[in-house]
Amino acid sequence: MRDHAMRRLLHSRVAWIVAAALAVAVVLPWWMSAYILGVLTTAYYFGVFAMSWDLLFGFAGEVNFGPTFLIGLGAYTAGLLDNALHPPIAVCVVVGALVAMLGGLLLAVPALRLRGPYFGLVTLVAVLLLRNAIIIFAGVTGGEIGMNVSDVLSIDATTNYWIGLVFLVVCGVILFGLSRSAVGLILQASGQDAIQAAALGFNVTKHKLAAFCVSALFSGLAGAMLVFYEGTVSVDTVVDIAIAVQIIIAVVLGGRRTILGAVIGAIFLILAGELLRPLGQLNTLVVAAVALAAILFFPDGLLGHALRPGRRE
Amino acid sequence: MTAPLLEVAGLRKRFGGLVAVNDIGFAIRPGEILGLIGPNGSGKSTVMKLIMGIEKPNAGSVRVAGTDIAGWPTHRAARAGVGLVFQHSRPLNRQTVLENIKLALLPDSLLRLAAAAGVDAQAREIAGRVGLSQVLHRHPPTLPFADLRRLELAKVIARDPAVVLIDEPFAGLTSAEVAAMSELIAQFRAHGRAVLLVDHNVKGVAALVDRVLAMYLGERIAEGSAAEVMADPTVRRVYLGGRIEIHARPGLDAKPGRPLLDVSDLSVLYGKAQALQLVSLHVREQEFVSVVGLNGAGKTTLFNAISGFVPYSGEIVWGGVALRGRSAAAVARGGIVQCPESRELFGDMSVRENLELGGQHLTSAERARQFAWLLDLFPILRERERQAARTLSGGEQQMLAIARALMMQPRLLILDEPTLGLAPVILEQLSNALGHLRRTTGITVLLGEQNVTFALPHADRVYVLEHARIVWEGPPARFAAEAGAAYL
Repeated sequence: MRDHAMRRLLHSRVAWIVAAALAVAVVLPWWMSAYILGVLTTAYYFGVFAMSWDLLFGFAGEVNFGPTFLIGLGAYTAGLLDNALHPPIAVCVVVGALVAMLGGLLLAVPALRLRGPYFGLVTLVAVLLLRNAIIIFAGVTGGEIGMNVSDVLSIDATTNYWIGLVFLVVCGVILFGLSRSAVGLILQASGQDAIQAAALGFNVTKHKLAAFCVSALFSGLAGAMLVFYEGTVSVDTVVDIAIAVQIIIAVVLGGRRTILGAVIGAIFLILAGELLRPLGQLNTLVVAAVALAAILFFPDGLLGHALRPGRRE
Repeated sequence: MTAPLLEVAGLRKRFGGLVAVNDIGFAIRPGEILGLIGPNGSGKSTVMKLIMGIEKPNAGSVRVAGTDIAGWPTHRAARAGVGLVFQHSRPLNRQTVLENIKLALLPDSLLRLAAAAGVDAQAREIAGRVGLSQVLHRHPPTLPFADLRRLELAKVIARDPAVVLIDEPFAGLTSAEVAAMSELIAQFRAHGRAVLLVDHNVKGVAALVDRVLAMYLGERIAEGSAAEVMADPTVRRVYLGGRIEIHARPGLDAKPGRPLLDVSDLSVLYGKAQALQLVSLHVREQEFVSVVGLNGAGKTTLFNAISGFVPYSGEIVWGGVALRGRSAAAVARGGIVQCPESRELFGDMSVRENLELGGQHLTSAERARQFAWLLDLFPILRERERQAARTLSGGEQQMLAIARALMMQPRLLILDEPTLGLAPVILEQLSNALGHLRRTTGITVLLGEQNVTFALPHADRVYVLEHARIVWEGPPARFAAEAGAAYL
């Protein structure tokens, strides 16, 4: 495989894009204001949400409308645990991620038995359930107003920026590696044609379930990290359908089935949303219009367009 | 004699009220190739799916090397030694040919992140065996159709199954490609595998198979060598029909002037598969023309091209005007009304509502008159007038579909396989209605059928479509003598 020129070209093209982006990201703290760094930090956590979602949609072929169910589980578990017992932040984050994975498993086992759009609908309902549960138990969770946590990662914007960037890179390496591994190949086959994958001897349900668990784990992890970055958690920031829609747009914009494209899409969406804030109400409209145009003209997404195989044959 | 590798007994499958497979049994020994043939809807594909575990049987056993795997999920059936070469390939398009073959060599493990050593060499060896060595690093979308079929075969070879099921191995291939594919399938014999070939007719697989099992409406109708099955009276009746009454009106085609519909050199490509190749035919005013051909021959594609649903090369001239560039809706308004094979009724609407929709463009007086006439033509619809279309039987639905098409007062009525999945008694009612229609109105009909018994009695002229091409044209009286044998 390594001897093949075109493949190496493709590989190196991904490598070049990543290297260039990383180089820029690394020097930014010396250039940018604390404000911009803060926005980028949020975007990095958002990037992990989007990568986790792409693993499920782009590879397993399942549309999960409830990424915020998983993110919310991770975020609120971590926040509640911190306020109740004050363990180290790392413990809260790990427990949050595990609970998100467990919740994802409980959701996926019955939902994956359903065919067609019903899987997506179940995940959609799960978000509403979690949101309502949080609002009902406002005494502990802060309800719609939200909840402050006792600890934060750091109060220094630059430190937070570095934590966010390293977290993104680590998650990116793991998720990208997984997508390019043998397991990723089986997952992609299962997503594309489940019957044929099964006829090749692969237990499709097992592989999709595993993908859901991995997706849930990283969503929960990023959700929990976000809580300790912002020092606060509320339903509108982590358990909301609107956030799910943003994640979906980020993936489609960046390029589904690329994992790394999801990060590009996420950073673009968050950054554009912030930079256009002076436009007031128009801001959301402009971002949505740009996203729509990109999807219409580059249906494979920004990264997908740059890497499309066969274009050079 | 060696023990059979695949032993199927008493296999039965019901879909609601329909018995798709009834008490089917056969055995295939190592190195043996069995052809499972039957017309569209005979249940042969269901048998294949039952063996692979894609559908679960209601009764019966499927033994692979002695182990009963009936009802097992697909991936376990696969691991028990069953492999299926799908007719429609959906390879991973972002991966290369080599990677697609490697996929089939991977174990079903969540922990194996990298392929085992030796997989690469093994995949290359398999690619060499099926003749893909030159295209190892290409991506599937850039491959010709025949190579995609080779890739499907390579994936199954990679699983090293004891039992190989092959769905319509030669569909869409040219004769040179058919020869190459036959050679590859014959290799399974040499390697001591049990092979089941599923196809529409005996002729296609005759050279390759040791035995043939013929099915019709879920039942076994004949078994034996290819020659024996082709000579079998039941098989001949199923494919060719029994004694056929013919009422051709040869005078119609002798009229001077341009035909109502004139198709010349029509070709259609689906991706890389040639669905129609240089097809020419014509239909004159008031003529009843039948296009007979097996499933997959290209009948539906021909009708869809005429109706403006698929892009084509060649000419379709309607009443002296070329149809190219007109939308499907414009073609229908121009008087060409198609009654599709899938019927496309509005299931939750009543019989009356379905018919009224068909007559939208008529004035209410005209619509009422047309409606009354159709209820006379299909009396059963009068009884079912208020019933939801979904609740009708298959035959009643077909009549409703034809009636709805007639509500549009077509100048040319295209009927695509109206007999699909219908019981013989219903066929007779439908046939009588068509006969009545032909005698009492001046309607022009283009009928596509694989059931010759149904297609011939009303036809003035017949075309035979085989593998995307018109291979015979003539009056129905000469059909059995000249084209019948090729049809088996």
